[in-house]
Amino acid sequence: MEGSQDKITVQNLTMAYGDYVVMNDLNFTVKRGEVKIIMGGSGCGKSTLLKHMIGLEQSSKGDIYYDGDRFEPEQSSGDAFCRRFGVLFQSGALWSSMTVAQNIALPLEQYTGLSTPEIEQVVEFKLSLVGLGGFGHRYPSELSGGMRKRAGLARAIALDPQILFFDEPSAGLDPLSSRRLDDLILELRDALGATVIVVTHELASIFAIADSALFLDAETKTLLCDGNPNELVNDPEIDPKVRNFLKRGELALENSDGAND
Amino acid sequence: MSEQEKIVPACFALSSDPDGDDCVLTLRLCGPWLLSEKRPELSDILASVDIARYTSIRFDVEHLEEWDTGLLIFIRACQDWASENDLSCELDGLPEGVQNLVRLSLAIPKNTNRLETKARSWLLGLGEHSLGFWGAIEGFFAFLGELTLDFFELLRGRAQLRREDFFYLLQSTGPMALPIVSLLSFLTGLIIAFIGVIQLQKFAADIYVADLVGLATTRELGAVMAGVIMAGRTGAAFAAQIGSMKVNEEIDALTTFGISPMQFLVLPRVLALVLMMPLLCACADFVSILGGMVVAIAISDVGVVQYVNQVDNAVALSDFLVGLFKSVVFGVIIAVSGCYRGLNSGKDATAVGLATTSAVVTAITWIVVADAIFAVLFQMIGI
Repeated sequence: MEGSQDKITVQNLTMAYGDYVVMNDLNFTVKRGEVKIIMGGSGCGKSTLLKHMIGLEQSSKGDIYYDGDRFEPEQSSGDAFCRRFGVLFQSGALWSSMTVAQNIALPLEQYTGLSTPEIEQVVEFKLSLVGLGGFGHRYPSELSGGMRKRAGLARAIALDPQILFFDEPSAGLDPLSSRRLDDLILELRDALGATVIVVTHELASIFAIADSALFLDAETKTLLCDGNPNELVNDPEIDPKVRNFLKRGELALENSDGAND
Repeated sequence: MSEQEKIVPACFALSSDPDGDDCVLTLRLCGPWLLSEKRPELSDILASVDIARYTSIRFDVEHLEEWDTGLLIFIRACQDWASENDLSCELDGLPEGVQNLVRLSLAIPKNTNRLETKARSWLLGLGEHSLGFWGAIEGFFAFLGELTLDFFELLRGRAQLRREDFFYLLQSTGPMALPIVSLLSFLTGLIIAFIGVIQLQKFAADIYVADLVGLATTRELGAVMAGVIMAGRTGAAFAAQIGSMKVNEEIDALTTFGISPMQFLVLPRVLALVLMMPLLCACADFVSILGGMVVAIAISDVGVVQYVNQVDNAVALSDFLVGLFKSVVFGVIIAVSGCYRGLNSGKDATAVGLATTSAVVTAITWIVVADAIFAVLFQMIGI
C-alpha cells in the first residue's frame, strides 16, 4: 500500500542543456493530495525541473513515474496523460488569438464529447471558480496580469486534472492577489483531491501552503532537502543554506554579526 | 562671472602626510565632485607622484563640497589602482555615504569567469558550425515530415484543427491581401507594357505588347509577384505570431494539453496559403494584363478589342496553369518557412525579429530558386 501513496516518483533525474548540467541526480516522491513546493534561488533550475515533469524537456538521465507508470513525453500525447496534468505557466500563457472562454473551451472540445451549451456551462463555472465570471468574452490582452493568471488557472483546471503544476504563481502579483491565489490552490486541492506542485520562491506562500518542500541548490547542483518548511526552518541538522533561504538571509546576518563581535 | 565664483573639482596629491608619515600618499579633494563637472583624471594626478615611495593612500575631504557618482568612480579607480600596486587604500576620511557605497560595490567580487568569450580554436568553431548545419537540415526535414503526416491525419479527419482559426487565416491570407497584390500587379503590368511598347514601336509591332504582357505575367510574374508580396506580408506575420507565442509560453501550453502545435498552428496556415495563393495569382494575372492594356491603349494605336484578342491568342490555358501551379508551390514555401522559423525562434524579442527576417529571406530565396528550377523543368517537358 506504501507505493499507492506516491503519485509521482522521480528517480536519478539529471537535467542538462547540451553539456551544461542544471541539476544532478534528483530523487524524490510526491504523495497523493500533497502540496509540494520546489524552491531555490533564481536560476537554480526550478522551472526546468517543472518542464521535465510535464514533458516539455527531455531528461538526459533518469526517469519520472506517474502512479508507477514511466513517463515518456514522446509517446504520451494521448488523452490519458494530458488529462492528468493542469499547468499554470508563469505569465498565464493564454492563447492570445482566442477569448478567455475559448481558451478554456479548447481542451474541453479536444478531450470531451460535450455539446457546445454544456461546454459553455463548464467554462462559465470554471471562470466563476477563479473569480472571473462574466469575463469570458474578453481577450487575454484586455486583462490585467493577475486576471490573466487566474484565467490561466481556470484553463488548467478545465479537465479536472489529478495533478496541478504552478510555475511561480505569485510572481508579479500584489500581496492580496497572491494570497487569494494561494487560498485558491489549497481549495482546489481539497475539492479536486489533486496533487499540487508549485515552483516558487515566495516565502509567504511556501509557509502557507506547503505540505513539503524541495530545495534545489545551484552551487552543488543537487537537491539539498525535502520536508515541511515549517520544520526545516528550525531544524539544526538541515543545511544552513536552506534555513538561510527560508529565513530571508537572517541566518547569514546573525552569523556575520556574531563573527564581527 | 568672475573667476573666483567658479569652483571646479580638484585633487592635489600631498607627498607628505600632515601626521608626518612619509609613506602615506594623501589625496586632497576640493570643490564639487559631480558628474556634471569636469573632474581631474587619476592618471594625471599620479603622473607627478613617485609611486614607489608609498605604501598607502588616504583622502583628505576638508574642502570637498557636493559629491555624487563622479566622486565614487574616482575613489573606486583609486582603490583598483592601489590594489594593483600593492598599496592599501584607507576610506576612513571620506564621508560615510561614500564609504558605504564603495564598500557595497566591493561586496561581491567581479565575475572573472568568462567561459563564453574565452579564446577557442577555430577548428572547434568550424566543427560546431558544421554539426549545427546538419542538425538544422535534419530539423527542417523532420518538420516537413511531420507536416506531411499531419496532412494525412487531416484527410482522415483526425487533425486538431480549429475551424474558426482556419477561416480567419483564409480571410487574412486571401481577401485582405488582395488590394496590395492587385495594386502591385497592376503597376508591374504597366511597367512591362511600357518597356515593351517603346521597343516594339521601332518595328511597328505594337500589338505584340499583348503577347509580352500576357505571357510574362501568366507564366512568371503573376506568381512571383504574388509570392514575394505574400512572403513579406504573410510569411513574416506567421513567423512573428508563432515566435511570440513561443516567447509567451503559449506553445508550451498547447503541448501540455496534448495539442500538437503542428496541427493546430502550422497546418491551417499552410493550407490557407496554399488555397489562397492560386486565387491571388489568378487575380494578379488578370490585373497585370489590365495594366498592360492601359499603357497599350494610351501610348500606341492598339485598341481594347485588339489587345484582348491578341492576349487570348497568345496565352494558352497551359501557360495560365503553369503560373497557378507555381503559385501553389510558392504558397507552400512561404507558409513552411514562416512557420518553421517561428517555431524555432528563441525566447526573446530579438529572436522573434530574427525569425521574422529569416522567414522572409528564406521564402524569397526559395521562391526564386524554385522558379528557376521550374523554368528548366517546363522547358524540358515542353510546356
